[in-house]
Amino acid sequence: MRLYKGGVGQASWALHRLTGIGVLFFLFTHIADTALIMVGPEWYNKIIAIYQMPLFGISEIFLFAAVLFHSLNGLRIVIIDFWPEATVHHKLLFKGMMGIFLAVFIPVAWIMLGHALHGGAH
Amino acid sequence: MTTANNYGSRQRPTQGIERYAWVFMRLSGLALLILALGHLFIMHVFNSVHNIDYNFVAARYERLFWRVYDMAMLWLALIHGMNGLRTIVDDYTRGAVRVWTVRSLYIGGIFLLAVGSWVIICFKPVAAAGGMH
Repeated sequence: MRLYKGGVGQASWALHRLTGIGVLFFLFTHIADTALIMVGPEWYNKIIAIYQMPLFGISEIFLFAAVLFHSLNGLRIVIIDFWPEATVHHKLLFKGMMGIFLAVFIPVAWIMLGHALHGGAH
Repeated sequence: MTTANNYGSRQRPTQGIERYAWVFMRLSGLALLILALGHLFIMHVFNSVHNIDYNFVAARYERLFWRVYDMAMLWLALIHGMNGLRTIVDDYTRGAVRVWTVRSLYIGGIFLLAVGSWVIICFKPVAAAGGMH
């Protein structure tokens, strides 16, 4: 297998598509599960009980990561679109974006991990 | 038709529907940055699936604000996502496969928009919704 050496530009392009598809497919599921609220409380609470399983709690952290990355990377794309000179410093821009990503993701992941592992304790 | 620039960033469409799609992706993206991240923070950081249930949604949907919020998020996110998927399909498929894939995306997208909008507009909590506590 050949390893691409496209750098941060190619990596962020691939991740943008991957996270976009992932979030969209979750949105399909989410529209369907929310629609169960029209059937009645028992059905809606049953589907929520499935989301309470630790496996789904952990998956939610990946969902958050995907939305956060896609948002920040999208913002980076918009900045480059409207200020093309920024491409000169595109690596710095990418690093700054990933810095914000980690600064937001790490505390949020910690809180969400708490929800996932002992959120039902109270 | 695209315009080139000297910086090597992706060329943008300047004509027709693709130009509007290009603008829409950026504007809806900026709006979703607030809407979708706001939704995730409210539902999965400050709250969690351990306290969200039927009654939680019923109380939340007593305020028109949250229905408008969810409606805006549903439409922007689904159209943004479907248009993004169309871009990917355009990149990897040709001919009849592409045409029929894009057509099914339209049909599926319109169906999901209809279902989601119906839920947001028509949801009325039933009385004595105890649920599972």
